[in-house]
Amino acid sequence: MEKEIIKLKDIAVSFDGEPVLSGLNLSIRDGEFVTLLGPSGCGKTTTLRIIGGFVTPDHGDVFFDGKRMNDLPAYRRPVNTIFQRYALFPHLNVYENVAFGMRVQKKSREEIKKTVGEMLALVNLKGFEKRGVNTLSGGQQQRVAIARALANNPKVLLLDEPLAALDLKLRKDMQVELKNIQKSLGITFIYVTHDQEEALSMSDTVVVMDGGQIQQIGTPQDIYNEPENAFVADFIGESNILDGIMHEDYLVEFFGRKFPCLDAGFGPKEPVDVVIRPEDIDIVSPEKGHLTGTVTSVTFKGVHFETIVDFKGFKWMIQTTDYYEVGRQIGIVLNPEDIHIMKKSAYSGMFGDYSSYSEEFDELADPEADLVQESVDEENI
Amino acid sequence: MMKNRSAAAPFAVWMLLFTIVPLGVVVWFAFTDAAGHFTLDNIAAIQGHLGTLAYSIALGALATVICLFLAYPLAYSISRKTERVQQTMVMIIMLPMWMNFLLRTYAWMTLLENNGLINRFLGLFGIGPLGMINTNGAVVLGMVYNFLPFMVLPLYSVMTKIDSRIIEAAQDLGSNGWQIFRRVVLPLSMPGIVSGITMVFVPAVSTFVITKLLGGSKTQMIGDTIETMFIGQAANYNVGAALSLVLMVLILLCMAFMGMVDKDEEGGLVV
Ligand SMILES: Nc1ncnc2c1ncn2[C@@H]1O[C@H](COP(=O)(O)OP(=O)(O)OP(=O)(O)O)[C@@H](O)[C@H]1O
Ligand SMILES: [Mg+2]
Repeated sequence: MEKEIIKLKDIAVSFDGEPVLSGLNLSIRDGEFVTLLGPSGCGKTTTLRIIGGFVTPDHGDVFFDGKRMNDLPAYRRPVNTIFQRYALFPHLNVYENVAFGMRVQKKSREEIKKTVGEMLALVNLKGFEKRGVNTLSGGQQQRVAIARALANNPKVLLLDEPLAALDLKLRKDMQVELKNIQKSLGITFIYVTHDQEEALSMSDTVVVMDGGQIQQIGTPQDIYNEPENAFVADFIGESNILDGIMHEDYLVEFFGRKFPCLDAGFGPKEPVDVVIRPEDIDIVSPEKGHLTGTVTSVTFKGVHFETIVDFKGFKWMIQTTDYYEVGRQIGIVLNPEDIHIMKKSAYSGMFGDYSSYSEEFDELADPEADLVQESVDEENI
Repeated sequence: MMKNRSAAAPFAVWMLLFTIVPLGVVVWFAFTDAAGHFTLDNIAAIQGHLGTLAYSIALGALATVICLFLAYPLAYSISRKTERVQQTMVMIIMLPMWMNFLLRTYAWMTLLENNGLINRFLGLFGIGPLGMINTNGAVVLGMVYNFLPFMVLPLYSVMTKIDSRIIEAAQDLGSNGWQIFRRVVLPLSMPGIVSGITMVFVPAVSTFVITKLLGGSKTQMIGDTIETMFIGQAANYNVGAALSLVLMVLILLCMAFMGMVDKDEEGGLVV
């Protein structure tokens, strides 16, 4: 488990003079479930294609089991890929698609038959052997692609947004199936997604990328609880991000008030970004609060209400199970463990303010239907 | 239903005018004598032309095979280019087709003649003159040159539909260049091969202009024989029609055979 199986060292790639990846370093352990997470166009597929051997980096090295494999052609690499759009062979039936890799390797007829049978059982497609792949549903095609890659017994499986085309229910089921397959076969998975929930729930390690660079590598908990910069804090879950000043270890000031916190190691009076997760904020009556503000909009989300509150012109998002109507004065309490301090970065000031927050915008980003209760922008009244 | 029927009407008229009636006329001539009485003599007369028929099929087949081998790599390399480059390359392949067929063939005549351009050029080095005109080689060359685009285009159009991700998938599963070709590109381009062969073989077998201009008096293909049955002193419409009919049946058989090959391939390497 601890042995390093893949290493990317100082990788840089550009297409047509446009840099796509730069300064990329990544080390992956044997048997690990690693997820590359980031917005569209950030270079996730390109990273995967470098490992698969379909893109040659302009700079840097790719190691497999400690051996440099920059010049090893794709067909000789011990990795298999599940492509973003499956790329099944349209002229072959399900059986032959799964058997393809073994036929190329000239495996015996009996062995092929046995392995294909096992693989189709694994992905729940027994009885589909003779079906043409174009007659299958999206989820079934997806599972053929998984069986086809696994039949080659790869040490590393690369999965490029394998579930993106599936509906929510099927996606959830397949997430569980994939995780089970990965655990039971002990294969290293390098998984690409832009769905943060998928990344957090499936991975051992999450690699957050943006603009062709790695922003943070860590366990799902680390990434969520200890985001390294404003981009990560904003991309993973919801975050209120404020300007603050670190007075001394464990003491930060924002909104003209000092708060005890759990972070240390900053310079005296160092300007910092302060992250407060919407679900960590406790609402109390105005007189009991550390800060007081006015509710400007409430959206019902099922498990909670998404409440936007105006604090001195800066709007926060607070998730609460109680309903506070628009216009209501509330107070909030911030405990030291609710406050997370980050160093200033190029992303400072770009995220974490819900002033421009609008329901339509949110609906675009969130396919699940929201039940909009009320949305009033106080400043417009 | 009404809508369907009226929409099919133009096709019915077209078929009647240009397919059924002409075919009926050919069949009529093939099975009657000069006086218009039913006879099988015309069909029997074909025996005297079997040699020419076999010879035509051989030359046509040779030209088709050469076209296939030239066109296949060409079409493949075009299909892997970016869209704009593809369009330009296809244009360049098509360009000679927009020039008159006779002109193109005459051009080859002046190139291949004993005192033609090629021989004069070779003469500068003391080589030749080589007897290139009026040979089987010249005829096959003429066919290949004239019909090559008919092979390239159908091949190109199926190959451009082969998703490059499928080729990457084959690579990913361990296929080297040859295996990718044999297991993915070849089976997926089979429909193009079949229609390319049909589109080259059919006009090649029945050509008469190319043989006339480049083959001289020695070579005679079935197209030339049929021509002499319709013009000149030896004209005999009835035998000519019978010959055309037999040629058509032969071509239909070839196409049916190719169609079967295509089906087999699509079924793939079923266990
Ligand atoms: N072959 C190519 N030629 C030119 N540009 C490319 C090529 N492949 C990728 N790019 C560019 O590189 C950048 C990163 O692309 P990449 O496919 O790695 O993104 P991604 O993170 O996988 O995005 P998505 O989530 O949308 O799949 C994009 O701006 C893309 O336009
Ligand atoms: Mg991608």
